Amino acid sequence: MRYAMAVDTKKCVGCSDCVVACQTENDVPIGYCRDWIVEVTDGTYPQLELEHRSERCNHCENSPCVRCCPTGASHYSDGGIVLVTKNKCIGCGACIASCPYDARFTHPKGYVDKCTFCIHRVKKGQEPACVAVCPTKCMYFGDLDDPNSDVSKVIKKRKYKTLIPEAGTQPQLYFLI
Amino acid sequence: MREELIVSGRMNPHIDPQLEIWEWHIPAYLFLGGLAAGILFFASYFFIKGKSDEYPTAVKLAPIFTPLLIGLGLVFLFLDLKHKLYFWRLYTAFKIESPMSWGAWTLMAIMPLSGIWAALNIKTLFPKWDWKFDVVKDAIKVLEDYKTPIAWAMMILSVILGIYTGILLSAFNARPLWNTSILGPLFLVSGMSTGAAAIIILSKSKAERHTFARIDLLLIAIELFLIIHMFMGFRASSQVQIDASAMFLGGQFTAVFWVLVVGFGLLIPAALEVMEMRNKKVPYMVAPALVLFGGLLFRFIMAYAGQMSRWLY
Ligand code: SF4
Ligand code: SF4
Repeated sequence: MRYAMAVDTKKCVGCSDCVVACQTENDVPIGYCRDWIVEVTDGTYPQLELEHRSERCNHCENSPCVRCCPTGASHYSDGGIVLVTKNKCIGCGACIASCPYDARFTHPKGYVDKCTFCIHRVKKGQEPACVAVCPTKCMYFGDLDDPNSDVSKVIKKRKYKTLIPEAGTQPQLYFLI
Repeated sequence: MREELIVSGRMNPHIDPQLEIWEWHIPAYLFLGGLAAGILFFASYFFIKGKSDEYPTAVKLAPIFTPLLIGLGLVFLFLDLKHKLYFWRLYTAFKIESPMSWGAWTLMAIMPLSGIWAALNIKTLFPKWDWKFDVVKDAIKVLEDYKTPIAWAMMILSVILGIYTGILLSAFNARPLWNTSILGPLFLVSGMSTGAAAIIILSKSKAERHTFARIDLLLIAIELFLIIHMFMGFRASSQVQIDASAMFLGGQFTAVFWVLVVGFGLLIPAALEVMEMRNKKVPYMVAPALVLFGGLLFRFIMAYAGQMSRWLY
């Protein structure tokens, strides 16, 4: 099993519904977020191009955050999802410094927090909250090892990119372009 | 032209607008670790060489302070943790790929050894010292016989500790300024140089001071070479490392780095040490004090600037 997510940059309108859905679903403390929208403008007027990306932890296959964690709090869980075990985390910040996407933060309670791909929902057969709530249906989630999953199908059909693959992280967030 | 904006708002404390997860604690901890490593290296090296009487400060006096330095470093590390109650988790796991884990265990191993070394030599500092209890006296007597193996273990661990202070940072590929394998050797040499400086400050014998001034001079030369080598590597590397080095080559850290760290922390003390060795009249405290100051500042600058450097995407 290999969980992954695809985000269609052609459909995303940057409404931030996914951000709010995550904050509600996961009780993210006020002033923090586990996912966010990046708006990229390319070119000079009048030749402009716009891209919206809903970003979060890439659940990297070669995660520097798991590698540098001194206690094993950061670890790979089912389907390659990268998780933090709260009561193993000492809050040293090594994983935060190690993430090239700045996807992690320190929860006010002291441990490190980040996107979990809503593993608690996925285990029940539901989609992650951000995917479920998206009004343009621009996100696809599923198992890459299963050729019939939403994410496998859309990745086969469409061109995509990942973010800074040259950082060697093997990110599992695919941006359809 | 390209402009990237986070439009949903993201202001995660210590992450945005720019990473600031490590404040003063970590660079201070790296400095103390390097300093202790330097002192312990010289203590064990000259002990093994049978030069205890020639270099009493290096072998006996200076190491008495190392358990305190390491202990203080651990206190700083502890203060930096955000989930403090779980501190002990560091010692229920050993993660071979995590420099932080290596460092925590190395400190745990070297701290008792340096404590034993200090106990064995405490009479150099306090001639009237009395252990009071017979058990302790007996233990000390037993340990006296194992001085050589203890020194060997200390020497090896001190090199690991010294190099670890750099590897801790260089292992982060997410921060291009740190991501160079030169940083390990550079921090090791710089730590040894601060160790030599501390010995010079504590030493009362002119001959010993001169030896360590000569050692320090060599270390400063190696440091300069490594620094230049590091920037050459950055300049010839990918865009992210070119950008990272630009902070020191025209960017906001240029003045403090080249004037204070390289100028006052390396070149001026080197010049003073040469003068001192030629028996010119210079107050001998100045050069080592500058070396210590430069070493501390170097770690602060590297810690802060490194967190500013990042990948572009
Ligand atoms: S995106 Fe960052 S936090 Fe997520 S797995 Fe990759 S390195 Fe770790
Ligand atoms: S902050 Fe927590 S999860 Fe991150 S590296 Fe340290 S112990 Fe591991």
